[in-house]
Amino acid sequence: MSPDDALVLDPNVDGPASLGADDLAVEEDAATRRRFGIAGWLACAWLGLLAIAVVFADLLPFKDPNAELTIPELAPGQDGFLLGADGNGRDLLARLVYGGRNSLIISVFSIVLGFLVGGFLGLLSGYYRNWVGKVLTSLFDILLAIPALVLAMSLVSVLKGDPSQGGGMDPRTILVLTLAIVSVPLIARITRASTMAWAQRDFVTAARAQGAKDGRILFREIFPNVLPAMAYIALLGMAIAIVAEGSLAILGASVEPPATTWGVMIVEGKDSMEDASFLMFIPIAVVFLTVLSLNFLGDAIRDRFDVRESAL
Amino acid sequence: MNNAGALLSKLGVRLIQLSVVFVVVTFFTVSLISLVPGKPENLVIPFDGTAEQTQRAEFRKKNDLDQPLPIRWARWAKRFVSGDMGNTYSSTGSSPVSDKVKDAAPISGLLILYTQVVALAISIPLAILAAYRNNTWVDKVISTLAFGALSLPSFAVAIVLSYFFGVQLGWVKTSGYNPLGDGLALHLKSVAVPVIALSLGQIAVYMRLLRSDLVATLQEDFILMAKSKGISSRRVLWRHALRPSSLTLLTVIGLNVGNLIGGTIVVEVLFSIPGMGKEIGAAILGRQYVALQSYVALIAIFFVLLNFLVDYLYTVLDPRIRERGA
Repeated sequence: MSPDDALVLDPNVDGPASLGADDLAVEEDAATRRRFGIAGWLACAWLGLLAIAVVFADLLPFKDPNAELTIPELAPGQDGFLLGADGNGRDLLARLVYGGRNSLIISVFSIVLGFLVGGFLGLLSGYYRNWVGKVLTSLFDILLAIPALVLAMSLVSVLKGDPSQGGGMDPRTILVLTLAIVSVPLIARITRASTMAWAQRDFVTAARAQGAKDGRILFREIFPNVLPAMAYIALLGMAIAIVAEGSLAILGASVEPPATTWGVMIVEGKDSMEDASFLMFIPIAVVFLTVLSLNFLGDAIRDRFDVRESAL
Repeated sequence: MNNAGALLSKLGVRLIQLSVVFVVVTFFTVSLISLVPGKPENLVIPFDGTAEQTQRAEFRKKNDLDQPLPIRWARWAKRFVSGDMGNTYSSTGSSPVSDKVKDAAPISGLLILYTQVVALAISIPLAILAAYRNNTWVDKVISTLAFGALSLPSFAVAIVLSYFFGVQLGWVKTSGYNPLGDGLALHLKSVAVPVIALSLGQIAVYMRLLRSDLVATLQEDFILMAKSKGISSRRVLWRHALRPSSLTLLTVIGLNVGNLIGGTIVVEVLFSIPGMGKEIGAAILGRQYVALQSYVALIAIFFVLLNFLVDYLYTVLDPRIRERGA
């Protein structure tokens, strides 16, 4: 899964106009009309549980994530270590929670930042079809022509600063900025497409005929309609950011020890997979469940608000 | 009807596009990487307390590093256009970047090619099955599996597969690469897990796309016509429905090759495969400005050409577009 997946998921065909009693034409589309049901509530429950655990981690009775408390690679369930201990004898559950806090901080903040900038630029470029829109659009296209991971690696190296001079920012800030910058052209392009579709609608023309200014039309008429598409892309984007952090961890461009993230935990677990495979399987399972839940809720929003990706 | 003329003017537009992308992308990348602290000469010529200052100055001069960035870039671009990708920085002399590309690019290219072939070979039949059995349990199972596969990061799939098939069963290699020259079996063992891991996400994307396009196509009159003539379902699906449904898929394949370059970098690092991904990573870390410019330029050119090919294939697949274009 890579950042561009947001563009290519499934452009639901709008569905041909109903051909009368022909049941082919009015049938439900199994892949897109997935019912919210139990799976949706499970997704909410999992994300809620995660949110509570990472927000209140300091208040909840977790062990110290950085203290070497027991023997290395202790199997899960022994001596009160629910998920066992990592290669340094540190409690895996506590590390998952505190690593998850970093992973989620990175993904949430990078997407929020990406949306503030990319969403705004996308609205502008979709609404103003003159030179402003053209310049912005070509800017997005050029940024998208650089492979996202190459851009991300370069940005991390730049922002990291000179290690001999004491380094620069908090690694989490670096990752937030990097992923935000990489996501801006993607978010902008999607927002632009959605804006363009809404800007041609009659109610926009009506507002303009009544003398509404551009700012009002953009933020009062178009923006509320673009919002569901943005919410859907935001959830998808968070999932992609979690995965992207993992990719950067593999390339050695994530947080510094003893701090950890899910990506870093997977990389560490991979190195000890021959002796203690649970160290790799548990963080992978957590990432999978989280990404799955985010994707599921994103799809639910898309179905609910009838976001038409074919228009994006 | 003037197909040749239309193609030529399209070619012209693409060439302009290609040059703009080439200039901006390479200049942007090298400006960015020049901001990274740590100068190439300090990495190449280590501090030894005696002559390193003069050596470093000499090295800067030889490699144009004493010039301002735009001039340095222009000199590189001039050589690149005439087919010379420049040299990597090294203390002993210089090794041409083109040598590295010659070694690494075919490996990454093969990985991407295998991935796309595997992804299409699996996703097309699945999509046809799901569209044909639209809204039955078959469709639902396939669609749910595809949804799950989309949520699996390719690096996680790669790690898990290499655990089961490499560590546990010993069927595949968990690290390193064997070229085709080492024998087909060894070659496949070294690329199997990376390719499967990379293709899983693609399968899901392609399957979902093609399925929804096929469902729409199957409701068209010409399909009803074909069915009423008594043509078998298999022939209707493969011969009549697949072709007009494959346009969106084609665009996405073109776009996805670009994304795959990122995925390939991670998998190459994960499995110590000496492809372009490893070279790009090394170039960033080693401040190899010239090499990095050339790599990024090659990728951008490849990407633009690929999308041109996709545009052309449209007209082959759908005669309606051919006529409109002319």
